[in-house]
Amino acid sequence: MEQFAPVKRKDGQPVRYLVVDDSVFARKNLGRMIESFGGQVAGEAGDGCTAITEYDRTTPDIVLMDITMPQMEGIEAAERIVRSHPNARIVMVSSVGYQDNIVAALQRGARHFVQKPVKPEVLYEVIKYVLGEDAVVASAAGAGA
Amino acid sequence: MRMELIQPFINAADAVLADSLQCPTSIGNFSMEEEAYRRRGVAALIAVSGDIEGRIIFDVDPQTAMRVASRMAGQELPSSPDLMCETVCELANQVIGNAVTSLNDQGFHFRVHPPEVHTSEHGDKSSEDTEALVMCIETCSGKVFMNVALRYNRRRQPEQVAAVTD
Repeated sequence: MEQFAPVKRKDGQPVRYLVVDDSVFARKNLGRMIESFGGQVAGEAGDGCTAITEYDRTTPDIVLMDITMPQMEGIEAAERIVRSHPNARIVMVSSVGYQDNIVAALQRGARHFVQKPVKPEVLYEVIKYVLGEDAVVASAAGAGA
Repeated sequence: MRMELIQPFINAADAVLADSLQCPTSIGNFSMEEEAYRRRGVAALIAVSGDIEGRIIFDVDPQTAMRVASRMAGQELPSSPDLMCETVCELANQVIGNAVTSLNDQGFHFRVHPPEVHTSEHGDKSSEDTEALVMCIETCSGKVFMNVALRYNRRRQPEQVAAVTD
């Protein structure tokens, strides 16, 4: 997989991600992309309910959240997380990317939307955008800030 | 089954497979399935509900499933039945999600249900209002079969149907 210039937190630590998708395969693929961005998977969840408890447990820098999942869908989970943690950065990652869905997700607190199949270079740019000034792009040698 | 319903699935399958596998794809034979569905290998079923309802099945042989998994992961993966099922489910999810996105933006309202591994050897026989279209997509990793059986929801308002078929 292509390697990207590492995106780090301002304190030089790796960006920590919570990956939420009912597909183990999709979670693993996203995990590989996160590693190629210099990030770290802090937790995983296969449904919206688990995502909420995992968020509380891991307090990640970014959540990558699928929409169509059993038990509780991603948009509702995002809304609940943002209600408890207004600064939560949630990026919806779904194959179902019609306008109503995107608008609903953004209205309920998601920061961005990436349509599957995920292109690593697209996700990388979205991550940098969503982290904004809270992140720095380190040199490829991993110099931190 | 109306072509305006099918075309987004064909386009999505073509685009998602080509993108995920990073190779050209071609749409092979189309046929209307008159007999009951018979599973070929590892199959995932996704139900859709809303203005149009029905199901789509993705079906690939186990070797193809493993080749697809490795290509999507960008590295060679060890063969396992769970991984095969996961791969076919995720592929189905992506194709159907993209097709439904296109149909929703045309004014249809759908809900996609999470994919399920289809373990039965046989499925329901097509009926007059739920014909199944089977198509084969040729990829660099092998053949992917997509079986689409959809119908207009009878509860849908007639004027909505008229609007989208104009």
